[in-house]
Parts: sequence; structure tokens; C-alpha cells
Amino acid sequence: MSMNREGRPTHTGTGADINATRAALLPNEPLLFEIGDTHHSGVDLPEVEISSSRLGGFGRKSALDLAGLTEPEAMRHYVRLSRLNHSIDGGFYPLGSCTMKHNPRLNEKMARLPGFADIHPLQPVSTVQGALELMQELSHWLMTLTNTAAVALTPKAGAHGELLGMMAIKAAQEARGEGHRKVVLVPESAHGTNPATAAFLGYTVKAIPAREDGTVDVSAVKDALSPDVAAIMLTNPNTCGLFEPQVKEIAAAVHEAGAYFYCDGANFNAIMGVVRPGDLGIDAMHINLHKTFSTPHGGGGPGAGPVVLSEALAPFAPVPFVRKGEAGLELVEHTEGEALGRISAFHGQMGMYVRALTYMLSHGADGLAQAARDAVLNANYIKARLKGAFSLPFPDYPTMHEVLFDDAFLAGTGVTTLDFAKALIDEGFHPMTMYFPLVVHGAMLIEPTESESKQTLDQFCDVMLDLAEDAKGGNTARFTGAPLKAPRRRLDETRAARQPVLRWERKDPLPQAAE
Amino acid sequence: MRYLPHSEAERAEMLAVIGVDSIGALFSAVPDGALLKGPVDLPSHSPEFLVEARMRALAARNRAAGDGPFFVGAGAYRHHVPATVDHLIQRSEWLTAYTPYQPEISQGTLQMLFEFQTQVAKITGMEVANASLYDGSTGTAEAVLMARRLTRRNKIILSGGLHPHYRDVVKAYLKDDPDLVCLSASPEGQGDILDRIDEATAAIVVQTPDFYGHLRNVKTAADAAHAKGALLIVVVTEVVSLGLIEAPGALGADIVVAEGQSIGNALNFGGPYVGLMATKKEFIRQMPGRLCGETVDAKGERGFVLTLSTREQHIRREKATSNICTNSGLCALAFSIHMALLGEAGFTRLARLNHARACALADALEEVPGVELLNKTFFNEMTIRLTRPGAEVVEALARKGILAGVPVSRLVPDDPAVTNLVVLAATELTTHDDIAALAAGLKEVLA
Amino acid sequence: MTTRFTEDHEYIAVEGGTGTVGITNYAQEQLGDIVFVELPAVGKVLKKGDEAAVVESVKAASEIYAPVSGTVTEVNAALSGEPGLVNQDPSGAGWMFKIAVSDPGELDTLMDEAGYEAHIK
Repeated sequence: MSMNREGRPTHTGTGADINATRAALLPNEPLLFEIGDTHHSGVDLPEVEISSSRLGGFGRKSALDLAGLTEPEAMRHYVRLSRLNHSIDGGFYPLGSCTMKHNPRLNEKMARLPGFADIHPLQPVSTVQGALELMQELSHWLMTLTNTAAVALTPKAGAHGELLGMMAIKAAQEARGEGHRKVVLVPESAHGTNPATAAFLGYTVKAIPAREDGTVDVSAVKDALSPDVAAIMLTNPNTCGLFEPQVKEIAAAVHEAGAYFYCDGANFNAIMGVVRPGDLGIDAMHINLHKTFSTPHGGGGPGAGPVVLSEALAPFAPVPFVRKGEAGLELVEHTEGEALGRISAFHGQMGMYVRALTYMLSHGADGLAQAARDAVLNANYIKARLKGAFSLPFPDYPTMHEVLFDDAFLAGTGVTTLDFAKALIDEGFHPMTMYFPLVVHGAMLIEPTESESKQTLDQFCDVMLDLAEDAKGGNTARFTGAPLKAPRRRLDETRAARQPVLRWERKDPLPQAAE
Repeated sequence: MRYLPHSEAERAEMLAVIGVDSIGALFSAVPDGALLKGPVDLPSHSPEFLVEARMRALAARNRAAGDGPFFVGAGAYRHHVPATVDHLIQRSEWLTAYTPYQPEISQGTLQMLFEFQTQVAKITGMEVANASLYDGSTGTAEAVLMARRLTRRNKIILSGGLHPHYRDVVKAYLKDDPDLVCLSASPEGQGDILDRIDEATAAIVVQTPDFYGHLRNVKTAADAAHAKGALLIVVVTEVVSLGLIEAPGALGADIVVAEGQSIGNALNFGGPYVGLMATKKEFIRQMPGRLCGETVDAKGERGFVLTLSTREQHIRREKATSNICTNSGLCALAFSIHMALLGEAGFTRLARLNHARACALADALEEVPGVELLNKTFFNEMTIRLTRPGAEVVEALARKGILAGVPVSRLVPDDPAVTNLVVLAATELTTHDDIAALAAGLKEVLA
Repeated sequence: MTTRFTEDHEYIAVEGGTGTVGITNYAQEQLGDIVFVELPAVGKVLKKGDEAAVVESVKAASEIYAPVSGTVTEVNAALSGEPGLVNQDPSGAGWMFKIAVSDPGELDTLMDEAGYEAHIK
């Protein structure tokens, strides 16, 4: 045979090469202020002479000292930084209570249509009838999925929605002459935004304990109810991933006591299209469009938290809202005596409405119900594969879309939930939610969502079982000091809190003479 | 369905491992009657091309700002966003990442937030900034509450030049609070806010440029507030103005709240936007929102983490500084990238261009019979008084294809003093032809 | 000098009429690295059980309650620059505040050292 003596070698090299390669893909990227300077800019703008300024002497005198980058430098900086992030598109992201489902790209394409992106909230209403129709259609989907009478679209996030819902409840109580009610009941397992919202509005928060099986006992609620109670804030399915079995009885008891039922809808993904919260007796529920309806998480926002409302609370929703008028759709921005108020400027998170409606239209009623079923299926599959090796704090109760483990299985190993989560990073997975909810010790809350394939779930479970075995077998090397393979090792959070450095400071002072 | 990976066979395999017959069995905790028998009364799933057709049809019923002469401002401004910005924010690792709770694998987001906080601090002239809030209006309400915590006083005075929506949000957050004083609209400029400050005042809130476009004297406001032990909160709705007018921090502001939408973010019919908040270092423990700080990792490498979290709801619960959880991450990223592309040279040039366009607009308006310009000072926004109600004039011009600004009566109804007022803005995108068309249109409508 | 302990892991070391209050070694171990201590104002009048101070670690904030009633006479200024003193030396340099004890009888309701050791087992 003839031998090809030309061409490059094809063997894969030694381990030493791999580290060099990793450095190129996981760079140490300087701060933009360490790369750019005040003279460079990546935007071309014509220079202008201002012949007669109308600044009234208020012109800028102090230095800006703001670094700029040209376009190629900016592109490289932000692409290199992006490589340091885990993302849903990059891998499994089983964060309990966050619903890290796939973010469809059609959503992004539609949101960028000039007819949605390039319209101003204060253009004449006659020029934005399509926007108002979109808001009506989104409202219709949300009300139909929940069987409620009205929806307030404007809140900018889930917590903002909680604020709106609780404000509506407060207004409703006052309208009935029951404004003296100053207590709000909140289960111990609730997300921190619940008591924070109640306290914000001047309520005293009274905690309701959970039962052995992780759910709320209606008799505990009845014990806590009194003429002083304005509302209960309940998450359903709850933060342990469990459907509250006595939710209807709780709603009845709450209403009989003259209080309202606020539902935290963060876990709506488990039941959308399959159960309607309105049928359970809720008065208000916020829906996180960035969880259940696939609008992107964007590194921490923006969110959107519309609130569906019962007949009783519908009259107390703030402005603005869309209404059918004689000449087309109207935007109601003021009401008699401005009684309702507004919780943010303009009309809400239109960019997120476009994305959410695109998702809803894509899935349809059947697809949304199937998504909820698959979300519940996936969580139960993980539970079935892991429950032998992990410890379930509530073993006797059906799990919905997220499964909760505690750290009892790690007892005596010296490995904590934190160590376990960090070791998972070395296996290429984003950790599950840790230490939430607070009602169990060392919580690990896993929410796969419906977007994950069986292969991914099996890979994850295989790794989890392997880690559990090592932890119990005393192989702590995998856990101590993990993660070892991420762009950074464990970070010194104590130092960050004791000596806060919250901005870049120039090491050498600016030269005295301005250029 | 294109977003759901399982086949029926796979579902069956998984059910077998779980040990139940059907997915329905997994919903056993749902009470009888609550589990729906069939899909809700909404259309079923749809292929991408049909969804696209439906959405395009809705979009087509809206007139885009770029379709003709456009002068609408009043708290949201139409600026050019470089193509690079929108391209970068669509990268998977930015778009589909989450809050950086696991810092080791979120250094991209965290470093960006650190850069963002630095940029916000620099443009406002303050010592520290947070990692963004929902928007300028909710930021203003948060600043008011922060001032109360810091001073342990209750009285808040809102300037008559504050954006009416911002005032309404503060009123909603402080419902029926007798210690909230809202001065009436001041289209002519500075009102009597400085005379109202007393020893019970926690803070005064002054917007500059104000809702009517006037530039306010931050220095005298700061001095007057501090003389009585109160704080000055400065609100900026057009962040580009900070490229040309003096930073509030250099003039004595204690807290600065701004709407960052003008940089990096499209109009989007009012949201999502990005709230900026900056303050003095000594106040950080009372500042709401997320904060990103610098630290080192176990190998001594520089890294970034969310810090001072004990202010926040997930730890303090009912004692938190705010109930806020989400910030406006992707919008903050867009702001930061655009600001990095501008740099000082570009940012100041952009501001000068905006002011120059506004001067051209003012000159043209002053020539139109029936139009009275109220502003002696402005950055890129101004108020005119017409001989007819502003709402009618704006509607008439809209029918001619000109979006001429905002009739003040839309935000301040039932106040005869403002019925004939219109607020208009010019930006770097406003052309000579736009201004000519507006002037001609006004002349015709007012004749 | 008498030292007494509360069930919530505060100690009070009383000499003359003044008690020095801090948290126990067990408490600082449980809390982890302390990053900030919010101290009461000098002159503040406290009833037994009132919230007197807040101790923050990275991931938690814990209230410190007044072990007895009295008036705050002094606070440990060193903690603002070095909150880690609470971890390093909780009963010495990591003290939090001093209180002029108004009702010495309340001390008898608290645990002594042996009682506290048993409590934390």
C-alpha cells in the first residue's frame, strides 16, 4: 500500500494540551475599563456645534471617566464574558421553583417586529390598536387557563405582582369597611417575597406550620383565622413541589372568615391547562411569564407577573387596563378620583407579552396541558430513580413538577448540600436549588421542566447516584473544594460582604489637566 | 409538539419506572372535580408559520415610531441602538442564563453587572449603584422608602415637575399616607418645593430635566434639603442628558434614580425597561435590589458575587429592604454594552447631538403662530402651549402621519392649566425634514 | 463576675451593675463567618427579650435579643471594621454591647454555664 507521508498529525495529544485549550475557551477576561479608555468609541456620531445652548448654566463640569470600546473589541469582550456563563441552551438547569424551560427563538423574532418593539406607550391609542388587541388576547388566555374574571397585566415581575394582588386585597377590605384587618397568614415554606410583600404593605405576618407530609392543614389555617386576618398567601403547588390537598377547604374557610386568598402562582407550570386555580377558590394569583410561559431569564430579568383576579377583586385592579370602546380598544388610564392607582409607569412589560403569547399560540391548549403533564412526569421520574439513594422529607405524598430532597442521606459523611451542589458543577450540570424551602434541612429542590429529554434525565440521575455513592462511601475528594473545573473556584463571599467593592476604581488618578 | 422531547414510548418507559399506569395517576393529590377532563377552551397547537402570521397581523395594526416624524418622549425616548447590542443580547449564554446564584458558573453575568454598576455610578456622579431595578418609576418609590429608613423621618415632598406616572406610583406604594406631599404640576418650571422642607422631611424628590423639559437647580435643592437634615432624591428619565448636564452626585444628591431605557433598549410600548439607582457608600445597607461585588476565589483569582444579600427578601423575608427579587438583567446588559460602545467620547457626543436637535426643534416651533414655547432651559424635551387643547392637535397630526408628542392632559387630566400643553422630544434620530413637517402640520392644524 | 446564658445563645457577663452581652462560641460556629453586626444605639432602653442587635453572616441574619432589661451604655465600635472578631473571640474582643441592668432578679431566670453546656448538647 502507499503511505501518505504528507499532511498533519492526527493523534490527540497529551493531557497538557487540554489545559491550554481550556484556557482559550474559558478566558480570564479583563474589565472593560481595563481594556478601553475615554477616547475610544464603537459608535460613529456626527459632531455638532451648539450655537445657542439652552442648558441654563447646568452643563456638565465633572469628569465622566467612562471607558469605551470599538465594535470589534466590544464584540470580543461580551462574547468572551458570555462563555463564562451556564445557560439553558448550554445544559440542564434543574433549579427548583425557577422553571428553567426552553426559551423558543420564535418569541425573540416576534418581539423584534417593529410593530411591537418600535411603538411608544404614549402614542395616540388609535395608532396602537394591535398592541391593545395583543394585551386583550393574552388576557383571554390567562383568564381562560385560570377560570378567573379579570387580569391585571402590568406587574413587572412576580414579586411586583404579589404587591399588586395584596394591594387589591387591602383596597377590597377597606371598601367593605374591614380595613382594620392587619394580619396576613403565610406558610413557613413560602418564598421570601410573600412575607416581604405583606410586611411592605404594613401587615403583620403570622406563620402557618406545615404538616408531617409537607402540606398545610386546613385546621391549622382555621386556628389562625380571626376577624383580624385580611388574607392568606398560599403557594399551590407549594414550594416543596406538592399540591395542597385541602386547598378548596382552605379557600372556603378563608372566605367564611372574611379574608381573601392570594395564590403565589410560581409553580403554575405543574397544572396549566390541567387544573384551573379559579376552580379552587383563589381571589388573586400572579403568574410568572418568565417561568411558566418561557420568556427568557436573561441573567436575572426582566420578568413579568400579571395577576389574575376573582370577581370580588376585579374592581380593585390598578390602571391601566384595556377595554372595548365605541371606536375600538381603549386604554383606561384614569378612574374616578384616581382610586385605583398605578404600580408602574406606562402599561407593563409588552416585550414579555409578545413572547408569552407567541409561546401560548405555539403550544395551544393541548400543548400547554401536555407540557404540564410532562413536567410532572419528569420530576416523578427523577424521584423514582433517586429515592433509593437520596432522602425524601415527604415520602408519602405525591410530587408534582419538582422533587424535594433533604440532606439526611448525607448525615455523617461530612459532605453538605452545598458541597454536593458544587460537585455537580464539575459534572457539567447547573446545581439544583439549594437551601430552599427553609422548612427542611439542607434542601435540594429539583425541577426538570418538560423541556428535558429522557436521555438528559438519565444522564443527570446517573451522575447524582454516582455522587451520592461517593459521598456515602467517604470519597470526599470529589466534594472538598469543588468546583474544580469551572471558570472560578469557590468564591470568598465573606470577603465580598465584609469589604464590599461594588465598582471599579482607577488605580492611578486621572492626570490633572483635562485633555 | 416541537418543544416537547418525549415520544409516547418514552413516556410509557418512564411511567413504568415510576410504577404508575398513566400520567393522570401522578395528579392524584388534585381534588375530585378540579382535574379538567379535556383541554381548556382555547385553540390547539400551531406550527411556527401560522403563529408568525397571527403575530405579524397584530404588529401590522400598530404604527411604528420609525414610520414618520416622531416627537414622543415623556419618559421613554427613541434612540438608535447599535446592531451589536441586539446581536449580543441574543447569545444563548446571555439570553438563557439565570440569576447568578452559583457564581462559579455565572462570572459572565456577574462581571457584566459589576461593569454596569460602575457605569451607572460614573454617569450619575455617585459612589455606588445597584444591579438595576424594574424601571425608573418603581425605583423612585423604592428611593422614597429608603430615605425614610435612613432618616427615620416620614415626610416626603414630590416636586411638581416629577413625571405624573412616577408620582402615581409613589402614591400607590405609600397609599393614603398623610406624610406624602405631592405638589401640583409645574409646567412653567421651579415651584415652591424648597420652601416646604422642614425638620420632619425625610426627602424631597426633584426630576431633572423635569417632565416639562426644564432643567432644575439640583445644587440649591441639595443645600436646602441638607440644611434641614433631609435627603435629596434626584430622578432622571432621559439618561442621555447625563452626557451634557452636570451629574446629580456632583451637586449633592443623596440618591439618584434613573430610567435607563434610552441606552440599549427599544421603546417596546413601555416595557421591559431598566431602573438605575445610585447612592452614597454609607447608605448601601438600606439600598434595595441586587448588588454585585468583587472578591477572590480559592485560587486567589479575581471574581464577582452577589453580595450584601441579607438586605433582600430571600433572607430577611418580612424585614427585607424591599420585596424585590428579579432585577432587569438583560436590559441592564443591553444598557452596559451600548454604554461600552459609546464610551465617554460617544456618550457626550450623543448628548450634544440630542441637544442640538432639540434647539433646532425649539427654533422651528417658536416660528409657528399659535405656539408658545414654555422652556427657557431644556436638554432634548420641551413643552408648548397651543391655542387649542393639546389632545385634539396631537390626534389631528397623527391622522397626517405625524406623532407630535404627548398632550399633558393624557397624564394630568382635569387640570385646566395643562389642557393646551404638549410635551415634545427630539433625539439624534430627529431629522430636519421631520421638524419641518411638524412645523407645517402644526401651522395647518392651528389655523 | 457572673456569666449567664440564654436559650438563644446570648451570654451576659455581669460586673457591678453592668452586663457585657455577646453571642456564644456555639452560636458563632453555627452562623459561620460574620460579615456585619447592627448594634443598638447607646442610651436605648431595652426590655428583656427585645430585639437588641442583628448579626449577619453571608446567608443569614439573626436577631440578638436583650437577655435582661436595662439601658445600653456602650457598644463595641471595633465590630464595624472587624465583624470577624465575633467569630475569633466571641466572649472577649467580640463582645457586642454593654447594658446597665435594671432588674438583677432577671439574671436568675437565665442558665449558668453548666446549664448552657447541657442545653447545647
